Amino acid sequence: MAFFGFAHGVHPPEEKELTSALPIRRMPYPDELVLPLRQHAGKEAKLCVKVGDHVERGDPVGLADGYMSVPIHASAAGTVTAIDWWPHPDGTMAQSVHIKVEKYALQVPRPRLVPRWEGLTVEQVVKAVQDAGVVGLGGAAFPTHIKLAPPKDYTVHTLIVNGAECEPYLTSDHRTMVEYPERVHFGLRVMMQTLGVSKAVIGVERNKPDAIAALERTKPADLDVTILPLTVKYPQGAEKMLIKSVTGLEVPSGKLPVTVGVVVQNVGSLAAVAEVFDTGLPLLERIVTVTGHGLRRPANLIVPVGTKLRDLLAHCDGVTPDAAEVIIGGPMMGLAQSNLDAPVIKGTTGVVVLAAHETRGEIVYPCIHCGRCLDACPVFLNPSWLGDLARVKRYADMADYHLADCMLCGSCAYVCPSNIPLSQLFQASKVALRRTLQAAQQAGAA
Amino acid sequence: MNAPRLIVTASPHVKDDDSTPRIMWTVAASLVPVIAASMFFFGISSLLVILAATLGALLTERFLGRPRSLRDGSAMITGLLLGLSLPPGIPLWMAALGGFFGIAFGKAIWGGLGQNGFNPALIGRAFLQTAFPVAITTWPTPGGDFFALKGDLFAFPFMSPSADVVTSATPLGLFKFEQQLTPIVDLVLGTTGGSVGETSAIVILLCGAFLAWKGYLNWRSPVSIILTVLVLGQLLHFINPARAAGGLFHVFSGGLMLGAVYMATDMVTVPTTNNGRWLFGVCVGAIVVIIRVYGGLPEGVMYAILIMNAFTPLINRATQPTVFGTVKLKEAK
Repeated sequence: MAFFGFAHGVHPPEEKELTSALPIRRMPYPDELVLPLRQHAGKEAKLCVKVGDHVERGDPVGLADGYMSVPIHASAAGTVTAIDWWPHPDGTMAQSVHIKVEKYALQVPRPRLVPRWEGLTVEQVVKAVQDAGVVGLGGAAFPTHIKLAPPKDYTVHTLIVNGAECEPYLTSDHRTMVEYPERVHFGLRVMMQTLGVSKAVIGVERNKPDAIAALERTKPADLDVTILPLTVKYPQGAEKMLIKSVTGLEVPSGKLPVTVGVVVQNVGSLAAVAEVFDTGLPLLERIVTVTGHGLRRPANLIVPVGTKLRDLLAHCDGVTPDAAEVIIGGPMMGLAQSNLDAPVIKGTTGVVVLAAHETRGEIVYPCIHCGRCLDACPVFLNPSWLGDLARVKRYADMADYHLADCMLCGSCAYVCPSNIPLSQLFQASKVALRRTLQAAQQAGAA
Repeated sequence: MNAPRLIVTASPHVKDDDSTPRIMWTVAASLVPVIAASMFFFGISSLLVILAATLGALLTERFLGRPRSLRDGSAMITGLLLGLSLPPGIPLWMAALGGFFGIAFGKAIWGGLGQNGFNPALIGRAFLQTAFPVAITTWPTPGGDFFALKGDLFAFPFMSPSADVVTSATPLGLFKFEQQLTPIVDLVLGTTGGSVGETSAIVILLCGAFLAWKGYLNWRSPVSIILTVLVLGQLLHFINPARAAGGLFHVFSGGLMLGAVYMATDMVTVPTTNNGRWLFGVCVGAIVVIIRVYGGLPEGVMYAILIMNAFTPLINRATQPTVFGTVKLKEAK
């Protein structure tokens, strides 16, 4: 199979050797879990418990609010002690359910039916996946069931599985592929049947030869599945970049991948779907890479959703004296945390603790128009130009220069010698632009 | 677990370790071989001229620039490049005044680093060319005693320098006004009359190649300038050999190398896009050849770059990159 590759991109230090060889371990249940009702893209879940309720492991605490939503399940047996506004990993506060985990409980879920996937219709599979609360585990947490039923006016010819894991430090997908390749292939089988596609490609960056080998070894003979080694380059795992690398197709600006006949799923999501049709369990826990030069004992852990960062870091023997920044996600696109009470949610791929010397410097120099950001931007924007426009708040002009195509991958800010926080400027500009448009709409309506 | 003091910044949280000061200081350091070569040809005089121009530039940056802007190294580059573009016999006070003018009017009044439209070193030189047309076109002969001064370097400000020094015209002047061709070998090595640093083409090329390899210099504009001058110069030479010297002669003579490698690559004043840099280089090359062959001056690199600096915003606007997914590709399969 041909490898097309994508142009531009950057090469940050990978730093994956801290955890890439460490087997996945299970983390013990903490004393308290915090489950925000907003853990996915789309509408947040509707609360369905009240303070004092007892929940078993796997019971829903929030129900899907419509099609663009998924339920939230209790990841351990215990008692609902509070429902309040609590720090969310995205930096805001979110309505959250607190569960005091029952001591010495067996944590065995209620008896349940395991759906036999072979006989199910597309709608039934979609319903089962939605009911299990499965979302994209690559970080964006887009509900998986929506991608299983693409709009009827497009034909999907290829299912691409994202095993690139291009973010530095993170190894959760890597370990999933090494340790649970059968689960990945099983999830893939279910998805291929549901989507009605005959061809699937699993893209894995070349720096994970053991993952490629494990997937090749367990590859089912009756399916047209290709395992494609990808160049090690950031952002290889960005959806549009991956599609370009694997198929050579460019997703048109502002359009969804399905317009070029492709659906992309993360390997972790595949394993989660496999879990649904294997054990019937909803998404209760996920694999999280806890790592960084500021952490005493890096690890790949199975973490119950809702575990507070404080408990997670404590389980890894805490942070070193020179720890400076705690990031949820990878260092390129992750979110720095100000409050360690924020919980691990479904989209948490990793927790990276950076040491002080790794963090960005504070001094910002003027833009010297060196053009490095242009050579880094994978979608061929002109970040230097956009940055100049953002500084003088010319948001409408930024829209003309394709601000909407910026996916905030951070490649420009990574290479900028003047240390200009370009992605931050673009993020803020996107918000400002949206507000301006909304205000204009309201003015038009009134 | 103790509560660490956390930094909260926007993503990306890591950065590669190149910085603007590092780029600037590396470029400045890469000029050391060029300065050494100029001292080899013109002795101590060239060093004095460079020092005077740099001192003028640095002092001006210190008092007119933004706080701590000396540290970013850009004023250093301006001073060194200005010094290298002056004749080795120019009175030192003129060199220092050029440094002041270049920084004050070429950079500081625009808002400092990154804001200026024109190359500050060339602004300083253009000022000197206009103010002291005789001093800046008096070219001492290279060679001789290392410590012999190549002109009235210590002339008192605003006094006419005493002109009892052995001078020789530059190769470009020789050709233009006396129809006398200098051998290419002399041009490449630098054993000809000319300004402090614009004589030894091969040293400048090597330094430029080093910077390009380090990624501190975008090779597109120098390459396109040199190619354009080569092709266009050769073309005009075929049409009228008496009026136009050959392409190689144009490439290796005068300030072309210094201009192409160090001034047409000043990130601030040339286009940001790669296509824009190609366009910029072609235009600079064409203007250089036109001035040299048809203009009244023997040399045109300075004006060519300054003229094209003015077009930089326009070129930037015209050469915006094509965004991913906005071109309809043909089906791959």
